[in-house]
Amino acid sequence: MAKDMYTLPSKLKLFSIVLMVLGLAGIIFGFMTTPKTIDDVKKILAEEEAHHGVDHAEDTANFIDIARGEEGYSGAAMEHATDLSAEGHGASSHEEHVLHQLQTRPWSATFVAAFFFMMIALGVLVFYAIQFASQAGWSPVLYRVMEGITSYLLPGSIIVFVLVIFAGEHFYPWQNADLVAEDKILQGKAGYLNFPFFIIRAAIYLLGWNIYRYYSRKNSLAQAEANNFDHYRKNFKASVFFLIFFLLTEATMAWDWFMSMTPHWYSTLFAWYVFATMFVSSITVIALVTIHLKSKGLLSFVSDRHLHDLAKYMFAFSIFWTYLWFSQFMLIWYSNIPEEVTYFIIRIQEYQGLFFGMLILNFVFPMLVLMNSDFKKVPWFVVIAAVFILVGHYIDVFLLVMPSTVGHNWGFGIPEIAALLFFAGLFIMVVGNGLGKVSLRPKNDPFIKESENYHF
Amino acid sequence: MAAKKIHAIYTDDDLLLQAVNQTRAAKYHISEIFTPFPVHGLDHALGLAPTRLAITSFLYGLCGLTVAVLMMNYMMIQDWPQNIGGKPSFTFYQNMPTFIPIMFELTVFFAGHLMVITFYMRSKLWPFRKAENPDPRTTDAHFLMEVDVDNHDVETLSKFLYDTGASEISLIENEQDH
Repeated sequence: MAKDMYTLPSKLKLFSIVLMVLGLAGIIFGFMTTPKTIDDVKKILAEEEAHHGVDHAEDTANFIDIARGEEGYSGAAMEHATDLSAEGHGASSHEEHVLHQLQTRPWSATFVAAFFFMMIALGVLVFYAIQFASQAGWSPVLYRVMEGITSYLLPGSIIVFVLVIFAGEHFYPWQNADLVAEDKILQGKAGYLNFPFFIIRAAIYLLGWNIYRYYSRKNSLAQAEANNFDHYRKNFKASVFFLIFFLLTEATMAWDWFMSMTPHWYSTLFAWYVFATMFVSSITVIALVTIHLKSKGLLSFVSDRHLHDLAKYMFAFSIFWTYLWFSQFMLIWYSNIPEEVTYFIIRIQEYQGLFFGMLILNFVFPMLVLMNSDFKKVPWFVVIAAVFILVGHYIDVFLLVMPSTVGHNWGFGIPEIAALLFFAGLFIMVVGNGLGKVSLRPKNDPFIKESENYHF
Repeated sequence: MAAKKIHAIYTDDDLLLQAVNQTRAAKYHISEIFTPFPVHGLDHALGLAPTRLAITSFLYGLCGLTVAVLMMNYMMIQDWPQNIGGKPSFTFYQNMPTFIPIMFELTVFFAGHLMVITFYMRSKLWPFRKAENPDPRTTDAHFLMEVDVDNHDVETLSKFLYDTGASEISLIENEQDH
C-alpha cells in the first residue's frame, strides 16, 4: 500500500452497507404504511383518542387559531392564515388534512436526511473554494480530505433534486392550482413560484455546484503532477466565480426548497440562516474526518495546529449560527405580525423540546466545550463538540421541514431513523471511497510548504 | 558590576522566531524582546507562562452580563414598565428576548474595555510613562532581542547571534537599571 493512501476499513464498509440496507427497508416501509384513505385516518384518530383519553382532534384542529385568539388577533387575520395547512382553509375536513400530512411524513423524513448529508458535502465545497479564493496558507494540507468529502455532492444532490421535484404538493402548497386560484398572495408570487421555473432553478444549482466540484478536483489533481502553477491559477479563478454563483444560488435554494413550504411566510434572513447551518456542519465533518484519518496513522503532515484552526471555525460558526437564529427569532417575536409569527408559534407549541434543545446543542455545548484554547487541540474534545453540533443541526434541518409540511403529525419513528441510517451509510461509503482514490498528500500546491510548517 | 547585555536586531518576525528558538536551545538567556507588533507564537517560543488575560476577560464579561441583567430588570420591569408593541413587560422572564442584545453588548463592552485596561496596567503602560525600548526603530520595522552576557564569552556569543541572522549586534553595559 502506497504511503498516505487511505482505504475504507472493511468493517466500516460493512457497517455502511448494513446502514443502507436497514435504511432503505425502513424508508420503503415508511412509504408503504401511510394511510391511504380518510377511513384509515379516522381509525388512527380514534385509536389516539382511546390512548390519550383527550379529544386530540378537536384540540389540534385549529390550534393555531386558538393561539392567535390568545394573542388577540383579529378574525380577518385568522381567516387568511393558510400557512400551516397545505390545502389552506379550503380543506374540506380535518381528516383530509391529517391524511395529507401523514402521507407527507415519509417524504419529509427522507428529505431531511438527504438534505442534511448533501449540505455537508456542499458546505465543504464552499469552504474549499474559500481556501483557494483567499489563497489561504494554513489549509492546503487538508485539500484531499475536503475533496474526499465533496465526492458525496454528486449522488447527494441528485437525490435531493429528485425529492424536491417529485414531492410536489406534499412539500409545496403553491403547486396546488386550486389553492393558488383562490389566493391573491400566491398569485402575486406565481412569477417566481411556478413549477417549470422551479425545476429550471433546481437544475441550475445541481449543474453549477457539480461542475465546479468536477473542475476544481481535476485541476487540483493535475497540479500535483505539474511543474508550474497554471492549474492553481485556474482553480483560483474558478473558485471566485463559484463563490459568487453559490451565494446567489444558496439564497434561492433556501427560498425554493424550504421557505416556499410555507409560501405566505418570509424572512429576509432565511438564506443566511440555512447557510450558517450548512457551513458549521461541514467544517465539523472536515474535523471529524481528519481525526479519523489521523487515528489510522495517515496525514502525518497535519498537526494539532490544523485541528486547532478547524475547531476555532466550529466554535466561531456555532456562535454565528446562534446570532442569525436569534436575529430572525427576536424580530419576528417582537413585531408579532400574524403572517410572520405563525412560523415560530407552531415550532414552539408543537416542537418545544427540539426547538429549545437545539439551542443548547448548537450554542451552549460547543461554546463550553470549545472555549478553552487547549481543548481545541485535543481530538476527543473536538469529537464531543462535533457530535453535539451534528445532532443539533440535524434537528435544525428537521425543524425547517417538519413543522411546515407535517405540522403536529410529526414523530421520530421508523421513517425518520431509517432515512438517517440510509444516508449516513451512503455518505460513509461514498466519502470513504472518495478519500481512497489518491494520495492524501497534495503536492506542488504553491502554499503546501507554508501549510506543512504551519505553527501558530 | 554592570550587567552586560547584547542587543541583536532582526528585520523579520519569522527570522526572529527562529533565532529565539536557536538561542534558547544554545542555553543563552534572553532577557527581553522588543517588536513593533505582536508576533504570533513568540510567548510560546520564549517559554513564558501562558497569559491569564483571557481569564480576567471572562470574569469582566460575567460582570457586564450581571450589570445588564440588573439594569434592564430595574429600568424595564420594576421602575417603569411600558407596553411596547403589546409585549409583556411585567416579568423579566417574559421580556427577556428583548434584553438579549443589551446583555450581549454590555458583556462585550465590559470584557473588551476592561481587558485592554488590564493589559495596559499589567504592562505598566499608564499615562506619562516614558518609553523603555532601547532603539526607536523597534517601533517601526525592526525586532530587538536582548541577551544577557553573564559569564559567556562576548565574542562567541556575538558570532552565534550573527549566525542566527541578526543584522546588527551591539554590546550594552548598563550602569543602572531602567
